[in-house]
Amino acid sequence: MEYHDIVIIGGGPAGLAAAVSAYDAGCRDVLILERDDRLGGILNQCIHNGFGLHTFKEELTGPEYAERYIEQVKERGIPYKLRSIVADISPEREVLYINSEEGAVTVKAGAVVLAMGCRERPRGALGLPGYRPAGIFTAGTAQRLMNIEGYLVGREVVILGSGDIGLIMARRMTLEGAKVKVVAELMPYSGGLKRNIVQCLDDYGIPLKLSHTVTKIHGKERVTGITISAVDENRRPIPGTEEFYSCDTLLLSCGLLPENELSKSAGVELDRVTGGPEVNDRLETSVPGVFACGNVLHVHDLVDYVSEEASRAGARAAEYASRGEDDGHAYTKLTGRGGVRYTVPQRIDTSKMDERVTVRFRVADVYRGRSIALYYDGKVIKKQKKRVMAPGEMEQIVLTKDSFEGLGVDEITIAVED
Amino acid sequence: MEKRELICIQCPMGCPLTVTVHDDGKVTVEGNTCPRGAAYGEKEVTHPTRTVTSTVVLEGGEIARVSVKTASDIPKEKIFDVMAEISRTKRRAPVTLGDIIIKDVAGTGVDVIATKSVPAK
Ligand SMILES: Cc1cc2nc3c(=O)[nH]c(=O)nc-3n(C[C@H](O)[C@H](O)[C@H](O)COP(=O)(O)OP(=O)(O)OC[C@H]3O[C@@H](n4cnc5c(N)ncnc54)[C@H](O)[C@@H]3O)c2cc1C
Ligand code: SF4
Repeated sequence: MEYHDIVIIGGGPAGLAAAVSAYDAGCRDVLILERDDRLGGILNQCIHNGFGLHTFKEELTGPEYAERYIEQVKERGIPYKLRSIVADISPEREVLYINSEEGAVTVKAGAVVLAMGCRERPRGALGLPGYRPAGIFTAGTAQRLMNIEGYLVGREVVILGSGDIGLIMARRMTLEGAKVKVVAELMPYSGGLKRNIVQCLDDYGIPLKLSHTVTKIHGKERVTGITISAVDENRRPIPGTEEFYSCDTLLLSCGLLPENELSKSAGVELDRVTGGPEVNDRLETSVPGVFACGNVLHVHDLVDYVSEEASRAGARAAEYASRGEDDGHAYTKLTGRGGVRYTVPQRIDTSKMDERVTVRFRVADVYRGRSIALYYDGKVIKKQKKRVMAPGEMEQIVLTKDSFEGLGVDEITIAVED
Repeated sequence: MEKRELICIQCPMGCPLTVTVHDDGKVTVEGNTCPRGAAYGEKEVTHPTRTVTSTVVLEGGEIARVSVKTASDIPKEKIFDVMAEISRTKRRAPVTLGDIIIKDVAGTGVDVIATKSVPAK
């Protein structure tokens, strides 16, 4: 069986940044496996600008941001295989991939980096009533059809869900001459970035209806209209609030799910809230030598954070591949409480951690003028005041190694407080 | 004096800005995390601009469209004029990232450039 020090599953921004940093950490035997016919992942279809301001100090479009990392991979001569889908990973880090030239091949990896990204919540998961007429797309599928393949998917559009892809597509379709009639959001707040509400909806006068959902899809062959209704606090439609919109297209932008079928086959334990692997401060999963980063770990809104996280995972994977398992880690559990839905990482080795570890999390509701509080064993360590926090925007707090000096901490908690 | 609450759209951080237009015409910005936010706040209340991104039909390429953007931001009220010209434009592959696809689009003085490299088929 062929052996590689590091095998990276997925050639999106996470996989690319992990490969570069593993190489720069001294690992010369890295292989990237990508199922698509080009590197770059979802960024290839995200033609809007807004990427990379934090990493490159300039505002790039998705393809431009991807190209910078692809260049870095090529400069280092890191090998990658396209049109190669990974079908299985064993707990012993045997990776099975399939492509048309080689057939099914199993390689053994010193360390594995999971970087498979995420997928959209499909229509079935939303339980929408009615027939299944043509004209219903997930927003990401519509984005690919328009931006890569060049089809205008509809002329009169209703969008369900205010996730970023839906907002971006509202503007995109408007610019291409379609009429976007309304964006309906089930929750009382938007799931997308504030800047996207401003520049994708407000700029074009597209209404956003919060606490609304689609209650009926009209049309048998092709969508002819949509009924939306207001919902109560239990998210149940309120009778009598129905509004009809004629349209030929319904776009669904109802959230993303980390793509973790492979992680499961490797025996990786998943976090119930994020849907991604549980990891320690080195971004290593519950299976030694298997690391995770990017949207497969938890859904990110900023690609800059994906790249930063993936660099850490790549460097740690390189360290693992050269040294093997160093047992003797003692982990302290991190938990979210009072409005903090999850944390990544979920556990941390306070004696062997880096000097600074960034913990990322999301909150459950919109909070104004509240604070993020950090507790060690119930004792408050620091508090950060925040003007606004919202579920659509990832938050972070930095833990320093010296803050644990001389304290045997059993539990770290992060909470939203007054 | 007039106060406006804005969201900075210069990057996905989306900082909440308070922009004050003083009686003497001076503009002050609060709430920004970086200098780009101050510049945005001031511009948004005086002459708002946007970067336009779209795609151009590509003949003979590996994919059917090449993604493009305005090389810098253009006046907001010109967005649809810029889009009309982009929609009329066709290009033959190959295209290299950064290639000028339209010079001086819609009289804005700004070029439209490719944001992706696409080899010929
Ligand atoms: C529509 C949209 C708009 C966005 N807008 C912005 C923005 O304005 N600014 C910003 O900073 N960020 C934005 N983001 C976020 C950012 O682009 C993503 O967080 C980032 O691309 C995630 O990178 P990734 O590498 O984890 O995943 P992906 O880019 O999804 O890459 C995963 C790769 O893994 C491959 N793969 C999956 N399974 C397998 C397998 N079994 N075998 C082989 N390969 C596999 C896939 O083909 C893919 O290429 C946006 C995201 C989306 C979806
Ligand atoms: S002020 Fe700076 S950091 Fe904040 S959104 Fe604007 S550009 Fe981004």
